[in-house]
Amino acid sequence: MTDTTAPVAFPQSRTCPYHPPAAYDALRTERPLTRITLFDGRGAWLVSGHATARALLADPRLSSNRDRPGFPVPNRRFAGIRNRRTALLGVDDPEHRAQRRMVVGDFTLKRAVELRPRIQQIVDERLDAMIAEGPVADLVSAFALPVPSMVICALLGVPYADHDFFEAQSRRLLRGPEAADVLDARDRLETYFGELIDRKQRAPGTGLLDDLVHRQLREGDLDREGLIAMALILLVAGHETTANMISLGTFTLLQHPEKLAELRADPDLLPAAVEELMRLLSIADGMLRLAVEDIEVAGTTIRQGDGVVFATSVINRDETVYPEPDTLDWSRPARHHVAFGFGIHQCLGQNLARAELEIALHSLFARLPTLRLAAPAEEIPFKPGDTIQGMLELPVTW
Amino acid sequence: MHIDIDKDVCIGAGQCALTAPDVFTQDDDGYSALLPGGESSGSPLLREAARACPVSAITVSETVG
Repeated sequence: MTDTTAPVAFPQSRTCPYHPPAAYDALRTERPLTRITLFDGRGAWLVSGHATARALLADPRLSSNRDRPGFPVPNRRFAGIRNRRTALLGVDDPEHRAQRRMVVGDFTLKRAVELRPRIQQIVDERLDAMIAEGPVADLVSAFALPVPSMVICALLGVPYADHDFFEAQSRRLLRGPEAADVLDARDRLETYFGELIDRKQRAPGTGLLDDLVHRQLREGDLDREGLIAMALILLVAGHETTANMISLGTFTLLQHPEKLAELRADPDLLPAAVEELMRLLSIADGMLRLAVEDIEVAGTTIRQGDGVVFATSVINRDETVYPEPDTLDWSRPARHHVAFGFGIHQCLGQNLARAELEIALHSLFARLPTLRLAAPAEEIPFKPGDTIQGMLELPVTW
Repeated sequence: MHIDIDKDVCIGAGQCALTAPDVFTQDDDGYSALLPGGESSGSPLLREAARACPVSAITVSETVG
């Protein structure tokens, strides 16, 4: 770290939706750790090196508990909601382990394989409907959002008929614009899940939430408030993230026709391509932790009470691990990227997400070989830097 | 080859089974388990699978005892 340069402000918005903002270049020259300034003027550590990120994300001296005083705040919206109960990704072990144990059996690789025919059916139906209405179509609202939304509804036992409601509230929860929107969205979702849980107690269904209602709630492992918090995080994390990967992945492939042609010629490349897209796009760009003890790392001391931020778009472009990190390369071993996180909080739904992405991207380009953008690429709106990255709209034709 | 899975540490991410499907699987609860013959499979992906584990629950050693 040099004293001559001011810390980079974090987060910032991308100028190209699949590359980190140019201002993050400074973060890439000072691996594995540098200083940043958060929106409220507070300083924090920014982890930029791949090996250091893996070590620190697995380090129990870094807390995920947003209730703790001094927990880093990436934007005004988050500040308004940080003391609300957040299941799984907002709690530390041993509480986290107990929560994850209740649901992990439903997110195994085997379960994702079992769900593939259902995912394929959902993808085919959405494509049929989009093709019947188009062209032109908005790929976000016609395909990228409804596919993961329907999949997670089927898995959880949430009625998809309510999707307009919960998609809109998820949008407000993640993007505001104001803290009041986030709190109100959170209240509405909590009320919704409370009523859904009541209905499930009277008339059990077959989803994961039904299972939690009847197993965990009855046996006392989870209280009602805890179950609502769990349902909320599973639904929101289960559709927003994958929807963004489908929309941004499609946009990125359309901007790299030679890479898309390679995929079309050899569908066996698909699993590797999904990993490489996950690495390059790094849509969850800025994971937050608080140091609860001093940590010696890379010749520096992270002090107790310091905020620590993991910029996945920078970590996943560490050139010592990924040569020519800004280019898409289906042949590189991208497996060890941290786009799903690392350590105890690594994405619960990653196996499901991989299956959805493989099926959605493969079927989309197989069904519509002439798929292309219906607007100049630079005019298509995408999400600001302080939320999950992805396209706001994606006008396409074929 | 000896493989040790620390089930108290495993979070059921499934990275081992994804990386080295000839060696690892997930049990019904979601936690990592060795497939029969997994230790002697000679899978070149074994060490990759251990490295992919997000919580370092897998230890691979050359010999037993």
